[in-house]
Amino acid sequence: MIRYPYQGTSFDDWQHKLSSYAPEFLLKLFRDMLRIRIIEEEVERRYFQDHMKTPIHLVIGQEATSVGACAAMTRADLLYASHRTHGNYLAKGGDLKAMLCEFHCRINGCTGSRGGSMHLMDKSVGMAGSSAIVAGVVPIATGAALAAQMHGESYVTTVFLGDAATEEGAVSEALNFAALKQLPIVYFCENNFYSVQSPLVTRQPKRELYKWAAGYGMASELVDGTNVLAVYETMQTAVARAKRGEGPTFIESPVYRFRAHGGAGDDSKTGYRDIAEREAWEKVCPLETYFTFLKSAGLIDETVRNTMAGEIMAETMEAFDYALASPKPTEADLYTHVYAD
Amino acid sequence: MPWDEGLVNSLVYDAPDPNEGRVLGYAQAVNEALSLALDHDPAVFVTGQGVDDPTAMFGVTKGLQEKFNAGRVFDSPLSEEGMMGICTGAAMHGMRPVFMHNRPDFILLAFNQLVTHAAKMHYMDNGQTTVPLVVWAAIGRGWGSGAQHSQSIQGLLLTVPGLKIVMPSTPYDAKGLMLSAIADNNPVLVFEHRWLMKKEGVVPEGMYRVPFGKGVYRRRGKDLTIVGASHALELSLQAANKLAAEGIDAEVIDLRTLKPLDEEIIAASLQKTGRLLVVDTGWAMGGVCAEIGCLAAEKWFEHLKGPVRRIGLPDIPHPAGYTLEQFFYPDVARISQTIREMCGK
Ligand SMILES: Cc1ncc(C[n+]2csc(CCOP(=O)(O)OP(=O)(O)O)c2C)c(N)n1
Repeated sequence: MIRYPYQGTSFDDWQHKLSSYAPEFLLKLFRDMLRIRIIEEEVERRYFQDHMKTPIHLVIGQEATSVGACAAMTRADLLYASHRTHGNYLAKGGDLKAMLCEFHCRINGCTGSRGGSMHLMDKSVGMAGSSAIVAGVVPIATGAALAAQMHGESYVTTVFLGDAATEEGAVSEALNFAALKQLPIVYFCENNFYSVQSPLVTRQPKRELYKWAAGYGMASELVDGTNVLAVYETMQTAVARAKRGEGPTFIESPVYRFRAHGGAGDDSKTGYRDIAEREAWEKVCPLETYFTFLKSAGLIDETVRNTMAGEIMAETMEAFDYALASPKPTEADLYTHVYAD
Repeated sequence: MPWDEGLVNSLVYDAPDPNEGRVLGYAQAVNEALSLALDHDPAVFVTGQGVDDPTAMFGVTKGLQEKFNAGRVFDSPLSEEGMMGICTGAAMHGMRPVFMHNRPDFILLAFNQLVTHAAKMHYMDNGQTTVPLVVWAAIGRGWGSGAQHSQSIQGLLLTVPGLKIVMPSTPYDAKGLMLSAIADNNPVLVFEHRWLMKKEGVVPEGMYRVPFGKGVYRRRGKDLTIVGASHALELSLQAANKLAAEGIDAEVIDLRTLKPLDEEIIAASLQKTGRLLVVDTGWAMGGVCAEIGCLAAEKWFEHLKGPVRRIGLPDIPHPAGYTLEQFFYPDVARISQTIREMCGK
């Protein structure tokens, strides 16, 4: 049984919009998604070798949300992530080597092996933080937006959260405050319908999340999370609203994770969701639908794609080698940064 | 007038000597610290439920909104966890928030943000960000405060790395420690005691900071060492002063901050007296008393002439009624009795 069917219209009727974009931009979006996909698949392929002793939450199937959203942000804009960090981190410009070093528990990981996969952060690219406590980062991101407003700074903060995070009280508290103070923030909610193995239907009444969020007194949008251009445009509007000082936006973006909640491989066979449901969503894979769309416009073909994939694979392999050859922390590294000077 | 105002008004403390300097009430001293900090650094802001209302957090935030503005001193929604996170995020991005609560009990709603986020951010991101955040609350007692408005939670938080815990007992310290807390680049909890809010003391004007991790002798003596902070220390000092007439000469050390803890001052005193009494406003079990008692056993065993004693709260929730309260809270008489026992008198 397909409990949560795809309800979007993919790239139908998008052809006429193509001319408003530079081809390089359109191709870069594709490349960025392909890059995340290839890196994630390689992480997955190697996961059982046990060199990466870190929990992983793969974003395979959810590349368009990270890439579309980050394309509408500058480096100075801040991004906060949940436990599902990989796509956010890479799309925001995070360093692949530093990410893989973190996965391999090396000292030159982006947080020196204190964080692991669930806590990727790199201030230098505006990847401001992530939390393994569901919704934990939502109030913190709201505070970053408050700081921007108080300091009169122009950066916009975006925080990614899952559908289940909206059930946490802290999110309600944060949305209320952001609307009250008209903070420059975007709440980007990836609705993938499941919290680990619990479907939305056992957790929330039948309602639309973006309408629920609108009840807090903020702009709220629904955007197809498989359509990278739609995500980009919706984010652009939200970021511009924030920069104009017109307050927060909530974006609900339905999308599907093709793999298990955590770890490598899919776990649909345990029965919490129908394999047919995943297969139906794989037909609207954000990477493939966008490829077909660009191809039909004559902007890309298999050869170009294969060249890109080859480059990305080489970069990925080099980064893995680098991580595996990187030094481990020493005992002295345990004791630093408990307190700030 | 808040419901417990009458009770707090009725408390009697030793009057300060005006020849030693300007005399100020405890709440006014904290107010002055906040005002100076707001004036000194535009990154400081003050929020909390009712900070801008007429009672002004026991007077601690009185006039601040008028003096600065509603952008820097503002009321908070009833969102303890959310606001703790919002203050944490603001602190990570250049602000110095002071987040105020009427009671520590309300901070329990925000443990996720305080314990699992604010305290750990700097460590988890390998030093990339700092969280210069002050969380303030006044411990309640009496007048029906009961199990949910009287809790001292410093013992629960003592165990959390990344936090600092401040518990002043005098107006001088309340001001100087608040200024240090705001200048600190870490999350700092400041626990005041409701019963100290009307206490007066000599408080210098202008900026000064009382350092963290430095205890101070409130009384010199040779027979036993009493250590603690806040209102528990105040009661112990009253007991010690009374017992001088009985020939008991107690040394009383005000720790001022529990984390960092001034181990040196305790060790030095214990070397002299050989007897240790630890007092706290919280439960004796597993908290401040237990920790310091254990330190004595671990590090200073050779100095000890007898068992370490603790005076904290019994392992019971706070009762609301005043008769039960008398059995529940240690008072000067009970502290004195323990001291006599320890000194064999
Ligand atoms: C406060 C808290 N409760 C429970 C968990 C366990 N947990 C980790 S991820 C997760 C699912 C969250 O689902 P959602 O927010 O929709 O994000 P998704 O995993 O789908 O990206 C759960 C329940 C947790 N980490 N934190």
